[in-house]
Amino acid sequence: MKRKKPFDFIFFLLTWLSIGVTVAVFTLVVGYVLINGVPYISPSLFALESTALNPSLFPALMGTLMIVGLSLILAVPLGIFSAIYLVEYARRGSRFVKIVRLTTETLAGIPSIVYGLFGFIFFGVFLGWGLSLMSGAFTVSIMILPLIMRATEESLRAVPDTYREGSFGLGAGRLRTVVRIVLPAATPGILAGIILAIGRIIGETAAIIFTLGNVARMPNNLFDSGRTLSAHMYTLANEGTHPGEAHATAAVLLLVVILINALSSWIARFVKAS
Amino acid sequence: MEKVSKFSLKDVNLWYSDFQALKNINMEIPANFITAFIGPSGCGKSTLIKSLNRMNDLIEGCRITGDILLDNESIHGNIDVNMLRKRVGMVFQKPNPFPMSVFDNVAYGPRTHGIKSKFRLNEIVEKSLCDAAIWDEVKDRLKKSALSLSGGQQQRLCIARALSVQPDVLLMDEPTSALDPISTAKIEELVIKLKDSYTIVIVTHNMQQATRISDRTGFFLLGELVEYGKTERIFSVPKDKRCEDYITGRFG
Repeated sequence: MKRKKPFDFIFFLLTWLSIGVTVAVFTLVVGYVLINGVPYISPSLFALESTALNPSLFPALMGTLMIVGLSLILAVPLGIFSAIYLVEYARRGSRFVKIVRLTTETLAGIPSIVYGLFGFIFFGVFLGWGLSLMSGAFTVSIMILPLIMRATEESLRAVPDTYREGSFGLGAGRLRTVVRIVLPAATPGILAGIILAIGRIIGETAAIIFTLGNVARMPNNLFDSGRTLSAHMYTLANEGTHPGEAHATAAVLLLVVILINALSSWIARFVKAS
Repeated sequence: MEKVSKFSLKDVNLWYSDFQALKNINMEIPANFITAFIGPSGCGKSTLIKSLNRMNDLIEGCRITGDILLDNESIHGNIDVNMLRKRVGMVFQKPNPFPMSVFDNVAYGPRTHGIKSKFRLNEIVEKSLCDAAIWDEVKDRLKKSALSLSGGQQQRLCIARALSVQPDVLLMDEPTSALDPISTAKIEELVIKLKDSYTIVIVTHNMQQATRISDRTGFFLLGELVEYGKTERIFSVPKDKRCEDYITGRFG
């Protein structure tokens, strides 16, 4: 006979219930998007031009990829180097570090519409970049900077000090220690932060409409306007003339996110192996 | 026979912020000897050994006065601290191989100091691993991760890594405290063998270990060097009451 303590059983039931609800919610959302969206995915949805009659998502897909690429180019090096400074160079627990951390944490908590407004006024109006890839990418990169910094900081801190001691003990300088020992050990965590950042960029709508704009064509150059998938979806759903295509766009958005995640974990594994 | 001093410590005082961890340490550490530092936890022995290659520089609020001479040259003067650490290698309490292959672990030091030739690196890695008495165990798995080795093997790998940059001195901070008796015996045997080519300073909690391997022993208490001399003498006729109490196991 198995005897169970009542609290054990209640606790088990609670965890089981939680995971059940979580899985159900995810399945519901993903299922809803796929069931409503997939039937509307057709070759015409990927036409080069988006028109009122055929709201192709191709220009928006390109716009999304461009924004992701550009803002990563801007934010990733800045975020990683800042984090390296905070963890490896700055005096530990110094006031400066605390202030920087408070600032980045505050930045991370600001609603995206505020970034959008700032980006529109500063990059768009003050610097005269207008609604453009540049305005959009700069704004979004400020948004993801705290995310990348935080992830990098945490993964650097997770690298045991004994590694650093071992390296210094052999007469290696700080630069060599950071580049050869600490960074490789922290890479998986940093990549996880970048994946999170990509997710945030792809999902961003408000700040993007304010800065990149929302015209249904591919940007021709850095100072040209365009739209992203999420903005495209928002517009289609808002206009109400192509609800099916709006769902199809959501499905594609979902696929893009899954694809990027798969790609990143593949890169992470590749980096770890080499 | 009077030995040549490798290290000369003159009035060394060391503070961690307000706490004085070392008080007026004066001692000569002879070349090609094994010198053991013993004493209860918090007595300053680890702090002192870390001062010999300036690893304490990395600790916030650490201040040091007096002077430490290595081959009659101050290690605080006009000296490149990276070159000091190349000359004065260190093995730590917990084995700390880098998360990379066995080969890369040992090659890291020479690469740091500019050796690029594959042939030279192979030579150095093999010699260092042989000297650390671990070559036979790892020669077929040089490309495997160092973290897959056992604790004792990892510590000998760390010794090999320290030897790879051809230091004069090897500092060992309780190198066997995290190891089983068999691994400990192997490391002790190795340390005695290394004495011919290196000056060795070892911190240990284990007094039997000090008697087994060391030539000189220093007993530390509350940041002071209470007694220092030939190991047999310290353990047979200690002059200081506190030292006697400690080695007979009355405290510590």
